Amino acid sequence: MGRYVVRRLLQMIPVFIGTTFLIYFMVYQLGGDPIAAMFGDKAADPVFVRQMREEYHLNDPLIVQYWYYLTGLLQGDFGTSFSGIPVADELRRAFPISIRLALIAFAIELVVGIGAGLLAGLRRGRFADSVVLVTTLIVISIPVFVLGYVLQYWLGLQWNVFPATATPGDPTWEDLILPGIVLGSLSLAFVARLTRTSIAENMRADFVRTATAKGLPRRRVVTVHLLRNSLIPVVTFLGADLGALMAGAIVTEGIFNVDGVGRLIYLAVTKHESATVVGAVAALVIVYLVMNLIVDLLYAVLDPRIRYV
Amino acid sequence: MTTNQLTKPEPTDTAPGAPLLEVDDLHVEFRTRDGVAKAINGVSYSVAAGETLAVLGESGSGKSVTAQTIMGILDMPPGVITGGEIRFHGRDMLKMNKEERRRIRGQKIAMIFQDALSALNPVYSVGFQLAEMYRVHKGMSRKDAKAKAIELMDLVKIPAAKERVNDYPHQFSGGMRQRIMIAMAMALDPELIIADEPTTALDVTVQAQVMDLLAELQRERHMGLILITHDLGVVADVADKIAVMYAGRIVEEAAVHELYANPAHPYTEGLLASIPRLDLKGQDLYAIKGLPPNLMRIPPGCAFNPRCPYAEDICRTDVPPLIEAAPGRHSACHFAQRVLDNNGGS
Amino acid sequence: MSEHDKQREQLPTSSQEQPHFGSQESPTIFLADADGTSLEKNGPYSGPEAPGQLDKPRGAWAEAWRELRRSPRFYISAFLLLLLIVMAIFPGWFTDQDPRFCPIARTDLKPSGDHWFGTNTQGCDIYSRTIYGARASIIVGVVTTALIVVVGGLVGALSGYFGGWVDSILARVTDIFFGIPLLLAALVFMSSFQDRTVWTVVAALGIFGWMQTARIMRGSVITVKSSDYVVAARALGAGTGRILIRHVLPNAVAPVIVVATISLGTFISAEATLSFLGIGLPLTEVSWGADISTATNVLRDAPYQLFFPSLFLSVTVLSFILLGDAVRDALDPKLR
Repeated sequence: MGRYVVRRLLQMIPVFIGTTFLIYFMVYQLGGDPIAAMFGDKAADPVFVRQMREEYHLNDPLIVQYWYYLTGLLQGDFGTSFSGIPVADELRRAFPISIRLALIAFAIELVVGIGAGLLAGLRRGRFADSVVLVTTLIVISIPVFVLGYVLQYWLGLQWNVFPATATPGDPTWEDLILPGIVLGSLSLAFVARLTRTSIAENMRADFVRTATAKGLPRRRVVTVHLLRNSLIPVVTFLGADLGALMAGAIVTEGIFNVDGVGRLIYLAVTKHESATVVGAVAALVIVYLVMNLIVDLLYAVLDPRIRYV
Repeated sequence: MTTNQLTKPEPTDTAPGAPLLEVDDLHVEFRTRDGVAKAINGVSYSVAAGETLAVLGESGSGKSVTAQTIMGILDMPPGVITGGEIRFHGRDMLKMNKEERRRIRGQKIAMIFQDALSALNPVYSVGFQLAEMYRVHKGMSRKDAKAKAIELMDLVKIPAAKERVNDYPHQFSGGMRQRIMIAMAMALDPELIIADEPTTALDVTVQAQVMDLLAELQRERHMGLILITHDLGVVADVADKIAVMYAGRIVEEAAVHELYANPAHPYTEGLLASIPRLDLKGQDLYAIKGLPPNLMRIPPGCAFNPRCPYAEDICRTDVPPLIEAAPGRHSACHFAQRVLDNNGGS
Repeated sequence: MSEHDKQREQLPTSSQEQPHFGSQESPTIFLADADGTSLEKNGPYSGPEAPGQLDKPRGAWAEAWRELRRSPRFYISAFLLLLLIVMAIFPGWFTDQDPRFCPIARTDLKPSGDHWFGTNTQGCDIYSRTIYGARASIIVGVVTTALIVVVGGLVGALSGYFGGWVDSILARVTDIFFGIPLLLAALVFMSSFQDRTVWTVVAALGIFGWMQTARIMRGSVITVKSSDYVVAARALGAGTGRILIRHVLPNAVAPVIVVATISLGTFISAEATLSFLGIGLPLTEVSWGADISTATNVLRDAPYQLFFPSLFLSVTVLSFILLGDAVRDALDPKLR
């Protein structure tokens, strides 16, 4: 098991370098001059541009630029935005908020998703199954931003169940419930379907038949034997899903005015604050890689066949 | 729990010689969207304590379905029991409620499956799955149950049981996994064991070891054993009597040596003739022509008639009943006598 | 994580066999098919069953097609998709109004006989914009999906088939792209360009959306590669190319098809999201996402402006996902 952990950690390194390089490349190399882009339609001030290009090493070859960037990252320096604010500061402010939002969304998708999937999988072909299938289908089809606005309108403004927008700067847990529901809705639908499929498949598996043949009560067959095996693919999905949560947060945070990392990235993109974009996305990537590692370890705990390979 | 349950057989409450389990005219269908498959069409057999019944047949003959019906683990839609009784100690199990049947399962009648790798739960240790029997059915503590699990593993001769009790199924070899399945079945001292192709997935030498183990345990505890297989070689040493199945019916039933020496049904004759023999080296191998029938469209009359060298008109119209072709032997063939004579029996 | 897929695919949970696409066998569970691979169709023991009454051997693809035709979901989604595709290619059949003609005089009109869906805050007819909006969405969806199937399928197939260092390198590359969530990457990508077109969006989604297909194809190929019929083909002397094309790909491609169909829906949703954020299609294109974005400003007073483009967008995504569901159930015998 220890060997497995070490191997996974080592694998993370090239991926981390590759991904951050990709981001850096996209932001700084792909379009035109990122500094000039800040000016939009207005004419760029040549002195400013030259100065900034010097400061951000933009005249150096790409590899060198990236090297400066990477070394900075490893020391905790996520860069400084063109307007002078250290990105790390902004992240420190925005991250806890996003984490809270993500936790709420995650909890909802875990509990409701797996619960619904379990129900549908066990009662395959019957009414409960159809209800779950149809509901998840609708949730997947309606884009998050539509769902967000609709729920904000009905639950927030009309019926006043939840606050319609979050307190700027420091949202409370209550503020984050509605955005959490919206953020987690898509993933919830996928988790429910995946659990349903997994349970339905595993119900015909040989080991379930053996457990029944052993005379175990059905409750035990389902909760002890069926569930653990069925949840393995769901766990894999949940790990990858964190990335979807991070991306979806951009939209959700915008709708509900939550000052998290998503909103930070969105604003930075529109204002062409390249350094902030790169810094924030790099931070998210790190979180994502760490989460994947944790999920992989969790997977090894759940499925002993993986451990000794 | 101080008495060692594992070595002393419990006395049965059936009169000596009376059958432990009787399957009586069982009919089972599978109703699917594509049609109705008649998997079992009037099967009757019985097993007494200490006796080994081998049920022989190809895939699709219904031998496994019968076993699953006995255990009560058949997928009930699409499976439907349309007739017959399954009597255990004289009581019809099909009339029992679910809870009663569940209490018989695992404790009184246990089953061993073919592919131990997929039959054992891959995410729990072997010890857990063995101990589970004691914890759930006998309410034992975790520690006691684990000690029992180690005893079980010793019983089926798994080396270094104490060290390996926490290992997972995929860490054992095929033969050892099958022993673990046997151990799991033996745990609560059942009266009857149904072994569904226990050695099919194993190498020949391992097959012999596993069959020896099974036979030894059966002798020690005076259990009934139903051995389901398609392999004639495995059966010869272990079984007392054989029932040959074809298309959901029993076509021949006899004591094992008599069946091998003098088959009384064309199908059995064909099966025996298909066994490769060293003294016939150089000759073509014999195979029964044709394939087993589609269970949704069983031929009228005798199901074997399309493939039978003895077939005549009556075979295509009348279903042959299982009659006594010779003392103690039954055959479902209109020409059983002729087959018997051809094979040197009387 | 690609490790887990690799291990998982090779571990049996059931002793039942997988169906073989491309070869002649159909899955047998408890029914013996009288005629599956019979050598003696007209032999002396055929008996009363004349050859004409026997079942024709059915390959697994034909089985799947038959199953698909029985599914109501298939018909519903196929019908809706056909309608949408016609709408995308021939919008003129559905409306004669110009979606870009937006006189200030007729802003925010409620639905009426002249304007079935009303007009939006810029004065454009919503009905015609909704019809014309189908084109951008369908094009993005279809082309992006084609792209990811080709790229992802190729990467996955090579990775799975050759294994070794080819697999290691390609797997690392896949992991790198997997490190950034699709929307995030597309967002950053799009923002780098000043002049955006439909093809920019396609590129953004395609470049960062192929990894799932690659992984699935890889897992699929690995499973198929070790099947008996592939080993047999190799033993009979078939070359790598032939094995890949005739044996491996037809059997490995099924899960990819399912994922691709569902991905189509998510790509359409993603494009709408990007346009909604203002960073997708340019305003010169008619896009559902952009229309929804402007409609959110007047949600309280004129909810119909949000309703119609959202409805069409949702129905489009739903159709693809429904189709993907139907296809998956048709291809997977275990779930029947």
